[in-house]
Amino acid sequence: MNNALILLIIIPLITGMVLIIFRKKIVFQRVASAAALLVTSIISLILIYQVKTKGIQSLQLGGWEAPFGISFVVDMFSALLLLTTSLVAFACLVYAFRSIGTEREANYFYPLYLFLITGVYGSFLTGDLFNLFVCFEVMLISSYVLLSLGGTKIQLRESIKYILINVLSSSLFLVGIAYLYAVVGTLNMAHLSARIAEVGQDGVTTTVSLLFIIVFGLKAALFLFYWLPGSYSAPPTAIGAIFAALLTKVGIYALFRTFTLIFYHEPQITHLLLGIMGVATMVLGAFGAIAFSDIKRILTYNVIISVGLIIAGLASYSLIGITGSINYLVHDMIIKALLFLIGGTIIGLTGTDKLGEVTGLIRTHPYLGWMFFIAALSVSGIPPLSGFLGKVFITKGTFEAGYYWLGGVGLMTSLMVLYSVMKIFMNAFWGETNLSQEMEKGTTKGLMFPIVLLTMLTVLLGVGAEAMQPYVKMAADDLMNPLHYIHAVLGGNSIQ
Amino acid sequence: METLMAITIGILFSLGTYLVLTKSLIRIILGTSIIGHGVNLLILTMGGLKTGGPPLLGAEDLSYTDALPQALILTAIVINFAVTALFLVLAYRSYKTLRTDDMEQLRGYEDE
Repeated sequence: MNNALILLIIIPLITGMVLIIFRKKIVFQRVASAAALLVTSIISLILIYQVKTKGIQSLQLGGWEAPFGISFVVDMFSALLLLTTSLVAFACLVYAFRSIGTEREANYFYPLYLFLITGVYGSFLTGDLFNLFVCFEVMLISSYVLLSLGGTKIQLRESIKYILINVLSSSLFLVGIAYLYAVVGTLNMAHLSARIAEVGQDGVTTTVSLLFIIVFGLKAALFLFYWLPGSYSAPPTAIGAIFAALLTKVGIYALFRTFTLIFYHEPQITHLLLGIMGVATMVLGAFGAIAFSDIKRILTYNVIISVGLIIAGLASYSLIGITGSINYLVHDMIIKALLFLIGGTIIGLTGTDKLGEVTGLIRTHPYLGWMFFIAALSVSGIPPLSGFLGKVFITKGTFEAGYYWLGGVGLMTSLMVLYSVMKIFMNAFWGETNLSQEMEKGTTKGLMFPIVLLTMLTVLLGVGAEAMQPYVKMAADDLMNPLHYIHAVLGGNSIQ
Repeated sequence: METLMAITIGILFSLGTYLVLTKSLIRIILGTSIIGHGVNLLILTMGGLKTGGPPLLGAEDLSYTDALPQALILTAIVINFAVTALFLVLAYRSYKTLRTDDMEQLRGYEDE
């Protein structure tokens, strides 16, 4: 029992609800939402410490013992993701202060933002499959509104498609839950894991697990990513950045949770399929990143490539591969937010997202340029920065599992990622300066702080990788040993 | 009873799929709503259909009805309702802004 878990849900939720009342008080809204996110960062730090010293923490809501009540569980994997989410959400929020515009601010931007974060926290915390569905919906409904907030033509058009694909995948999620309930007779994840381990994962259960691959694949943009490039490039920068950093990652988290805790008995079917989908994602995403020549498209395709790479670690289903995936997942949340923020700043400055129309920004904005350079190196996994370690471990894991094609494609696409981001760097920052400071459409005033914060995080994560490894190791260890999770949730409960 | 339910759910799903594949946005939204109803019936059927047993553990009767699927459906209905409402409002708004509800024209091209 640990009541700190519920605070992560309550604080952003209540703050968001209160902020609905103070619609016109924009300064208050800003301060309150930033404060809420800072408090949740501190709580997630405390949770990491508690999990490190005392093992997996759980909370049975209302005192109803698992498997009857709803359990909230935090292990090292979710604790790390919770902390990263808080930091990235804080950075994007600060970016939104100066860039989102008064009209959106007065129309419930901050409450919606906090509800979105509530849904993300809930998805990372919950230990119940149906509750995962509910938290997904909290997150998705907020994202529907955030995506269409402002009502420009492109936003409306893209949000229709985004809502449609997500409504359908939510229906499939419920179908999967219904089947699983019929087969196993429970929805508590620890209980599911225990029961399936007891009677063995038969054909029916494996088929149901394939349905979950489709559902979470749609949310995580794993192979079924065709909705993503349009919808992530439609909203304003701050919203696009938080979507790119968090939403697909929640789908990835769900895949990790279900396929290491529940359906881990038939890796030659399910995990191999995940690996094949990962390869297809990486290859198609890399084609997209190379083919397009506008900044937003290139960056959204980069989101897709990284999903494929993270899933490659899961597909290998080895300790080292999972360790790599966790490293890369934390890195990717930070770096995708950073790339989107810098890309959005460039578009804000120049008023165009076509490469080649504006060159030589490095002369007028040297700091922005060099930070983009650092981000570009980091996203393609150049050694001292944060992407490197994850990539090495994932590749090692896939080789260990005998999936040489999987690791090979992962390395190949890294080159293409490097090419695609360098294309932005060389086109936008190098060359003749053809845009003087007076002609600029926007300003970087007030936008640099979150960018600097995220750049520092990615450098720190790379240089201080050694200090972080015990935590990542512990997270991977718990994922590979489902019994830890089951004991923490069910405890001495003898009900089977 | 289960067979009848299975057929009903199948009909609902095929109707919904047909509607989602049409071009008109309103039909698509109705299609998602119908699929949602099919899903709710599926959850109910998957929990096991019984008559006569009270939904209580530890009661004197030997047979009892599982109350969990109904609790799940209640939540799913509320969420489905909210999303459909939002979707309809958005469809109306985008019809007013974009002057079309034909998905072919909402495709979106590179040069705009």
